[in-house]
Amino acid sequence: MPYALCFLLFVIGLYCAVVKKNMVKIVIGIMVMEYAVNLFLIMLGYRLGGIAPIVGKEDVAGAGGQVTDLFVSSSVDPLPQALVLTAIVISLGSLALMISICIRTYEKYGTFDITEIRRLKG
Amino acid sequence: MAIFYIYILLLFMIIAAIIAVETKYLLGAVICIGAVGFGASIMFLFLRAPDIAITQIVVEVLGLIILIRACISRELTFISGPREFFGVVVSVVIIFVIFLAGIRVLETLPDFGTAIFAEAPEAASQTYIAEGLQKTGAANIVASVILDFRAYDTLGEATVLFTAIIGATVIMRRKPKKLLEDE
Amino acid sequence: MKGMTIIVKTISSWVKVLIFLFGIYIILFGHLTPGGGFAGGVILASSYVLLMLAFGREFAEENLSLPVASKLDCVGALLFGAVALCGLLYGAAGFFWNFIHQEYLVGTDYEFNLVSAGTIPLSNIAIGLKVGASLFLVVLVLSMFRPDTSAEDSNEKE
Repeated sequence: MPYALCFLLFVIGLYCAVVKKNMVKIVIGIMVMEYAVNLFLIMLGYRLGGIAPIVGKEDVAGAGGQVTDLFVSSSVDPLPQALVLTAIVISLGSLALMISICIRTYEKYGTFDITEIRRLKG
Repeated sequence: MAIFYIYILLLFMIIAAIIAVETKYLLGAVICIGAVGFGASIMFLFLRAPDIAITQIVVEVLGLIILIRACISRELTFISGPREFFGVVVSVVIIFVIFLAGIRVLETLPDFGTAIFAEAPEAASQTYIAEGLQKTGAANIVASVILDFRAYDTLGEATVLFTAIIGATVIMRRKPKKLLEDE
Repeated sequence: MKGMTIIVKTISSWVKVLIFLFGIYIILFGHLTPGGGFAGGVILASSYVLLMLAFGREFAEENLSLPVASKLDCVGALLFGAVALCGLLYGAAGFFWNFIHQEYLVGTDYEFNLVSAGTIPLSNIAIGLKVGASLFLVVLVLSMFRPDTSAEDSNEKE
């Protein structure tokens, strides 16, 4: 069921990016889609009653750095977290790129409306 | 109990996203997208991912500053309404098809909260959890995955970030006219 | 951009040091506690952005100018590559090999020290430098944009 709500959030973002004709609204739709995808990836690695994948002092069993079986059987998945962590910072970079394109287009044509921009081009 | 909070936060995010999509005021839409981002940040805490919660909340602040920079002191013309009729019909049909495909996929997913990665004993995630501290010495397993086991991914992501920043810098260059004359 | 009122300037001149210190803490302890190079780099960038919003763009540019920021960006990227290439020099497994071995620390209480995880803290510092410098660079470039030149452009074309 949380997966379905997450998918609904993705569809809202897709609708906004495809149908709206304001450039900033399109950027906002793309951001909503990014949030939905990140949430979905983290949800796939979650387990009920899990703990964060950070080893504490009480989780170390042996002298060689062995962790206890309790930690192995109750930690959530660290792999999607590692992938999403980099993707969030990348999304900030791409947001800056899209916003700079929007500002440059506004200075050129004086509007954020993409249908107007198409008309003025020729 | 965590499930209850997760539902509440998801509903909050969906409502904020709908307001952000449908409002006429650009500044209001930007503030609503900030609400979606902060909701996502709190939800990462409930999903036991503190690294991502920290990163999300800081990135959200900087992203809001960048977005408000685009909207403020512009002549805010209230552009509303969809594009022309044919394009809207086609795009709505595409969204409907994606929706149906998503419903089909959702049926095959396991229940929320079951650990898919733990069912296969040879899965990479199990190895990372069990031997991450022993092999790298980092207590934070996520850091050991990012910078040791999968450092190639991080190198690629750093390249993508570098390219995006270079692109933004080139687009916002102060004198684009000179470039055209040189050609 | 002349900056804000004296209240905002006074408060932010106290707070910016704390934010910068917190960013350094997040980067250095990234292998022990939640955080790491990406989060810490964004916090470092946001401390400079606070400076820029409160005191105006010129004041922030005196502290960290545009060429210096872009050079710091490149230094971070090269440092990350250099850490990876050092693994190649040690030979065993090649690129990105964790060449500071952990075996001599086995048996001691080494797991939770600051100097404990081989090359991971070095890579964290490189990533933090790169992310912080590049994000500050982008906000600076976005705020530097003057609409006058391109307005003339469009007039000439018409």
